[in-house]
Amino acid sequence: MNPAFSVILLTTASGAGYGMLAWLGVLNALRLLPSSPWFGVAAVLVALALSAIGLLASTLHLGHPERAWRAISQWRSSWLSREGVLALLTNLPALGFAAAWLVSGRATGVTVVLGLLAAACGLATVACQAMIYASLRPIRQWCNPLVLPNKLVLALFTGAAWLAAIVALAGAPPRIEAAIGLACGIAALALKLTYWRRIDAQPPLATMETATGLGAIGTVRMLEAPHTEENYLLREMAYVVGRKHARRLRQIAVALGYVIPGVLLAAGTAAGTTPDRVLLPLTALLGLLGIYIERWLFFAEATHTMALYYGRKI
Amino acid sequence: MTSIPTPGAKKLGLVIDLDTCVGCHACAVNCKEWNTSGHSAPLTDFNAYQDHPQGVWLNRIHTYEAGTGPDSRTVHFPRSCLHCDDPPCVTVCPTGASYKRAEDGIVLVNADICIGCKLCSWACPYGAREFDDDQGVMRKCTLCIDRIYNINIPEQERQPACVNTCPARARHFGDLGDPDSAVSRLVAERGGFDLMPEQGTKPINKYLPPRRRPAPTAPAKAPAPPGGNSVLRWIDRVLSR
Repeated sequence: MNPAFSVILLTTASGAGYGMLAWLGVLNALRLLPSSPWFGVAAVLVALALSAIGLLASTLHLGHPERAWRAISQWRSSWLSREGVLALLTNLPALGFAAAWLVSGRATGVTVVLGLLAAACGLATVACQAMIYASLRPIRQWCNPLVLPNKLVLALFTGAAWLAAIVALAGAPPRIEAAIGLACGIAALALKLTYWRRIDAQPPLATMETATGLGAIGTVRMLEAPHTEENYLLREMAYVVGRKHARRLRQIAVALGYVIPGVLLAAGTAAGTTPDRVLLPLTALLGLLGIYIERWLFFAEATHTMALYYGRKI
Repeated sequence: MTSIPTPGAKKLGLVIDLDTCVGCHACAVNCKEWNTSGHSAPLTDFNAYQDHPQGVWLNRIHTYEAGTGPDSRTVHFPRSCLHCDDPPCVTVCPTGASYKRAEDGIVLVNADICIGCKLCSWACPYGAREFDDDQGVMRKCTLCIDRIYNINIPEQERQPACVNTCPARARHFGDLGDPDSAVSRLVAERGGFDLMPEQGTKPINKYLPPRRRPAPTAPAKAPAPPGGNSVLRWIDRVLSR
């Protein structure tokens, strides 16, 4: 599948935003966050800004961005529509959470409940995002039971890294946030490696014989393509550049997205204060870059059954 | 609504005969011709008269070789929307632009509310949908909905353009929901099949397999040519009629 810049930015940035919102809600309920009222407002706004950047970027790849509002209508059947509805809905408890923290303090019942509600809505949005891919049956690398947990843990990992950075910038020791980030990072890497091993060993979903129904005669080969030039289908769904460099890109993604941020988070867990103000924001940004490459590969390595009609391997 | 409606009795669709298709691409050309001026207009082309022409086509004709040795066959293979009974392209649509009609089973796109997110083209296992980069909306076969119900054209022409134009009569149009219709009988007689049944889309369109040819027999011995020059051989042929 052709990796569209805007769609990958959406899953990377909004994943980090909703992951951060989830940790804000949960850690606040456990009273593990700095108590300053402005910290709460700033942190919630950063989380919402990250998710908003992602959502706005995603409208860039639409043929008709001005009609994007129509996408919230079909939540009964479409995961994309459900994602849109939940993404908008999440803003209500999240902004309420920030306001309640500012007005009544972080420990009141209202603040805690709104925070937990925002966390649940944010994670549900990420789950819908994952299901958009996991429900597409022609693409075996996406229609995979590991795609949903992978995306959720990735959001929690990048979200915790961002929260650790914000806590450090606020002048508090971000030990807990960094430790959570490290744990999620290890889990995310383990899941990703398992996922790669599975898709590498998986047989194709269909063959040229079942795609054409000519298997009764024997093996099927392409003799002549319908057209001599490229078309939308080949550009969008028979993208091969990524697969050519997949091994090298996997190594880069593991190093940039998981290992280096993990080591920096471990350093943050151990150290405490001053160096974190530089190190942890760097970790958060670097992590996003690595995860961007990982998400790019998620597209580039995906194969579509349609390509069988053009004699391509899937 | 992009939820699938309760299926009606009528299921309009195509039956494509892979035995008689000669791969002339006339169906694809007439499809483009009709649909670039009808319900789906325009079907945009880029660089139409230059290098690297590209554009939206709703019907594409592939050619395959199947089998090996003396039993191998060249098979021409038209590929278009199969108007599935369980169309994944419809349920993924976030706007309701993609829909399946309960009254005749045709799968359509409402270009006025399509946001061009392309998700439906990813969901279709067959590559039946093509994005119109100029208009920013998704295009697909409409089963020539603007022909088959069109009271302004003669009744015998109220068929999809591809069916009308096929010189080998390899394409048949009818109601596959009615077991007694001509197309349903054809499917039953010839063992019509679904494409990629493992995807669970339940296509309405059916394909008829190439017929088994009789095993090749030893070529008949040609009679020994009579001697003489070409004039004498001609006289011999005429006299022996």
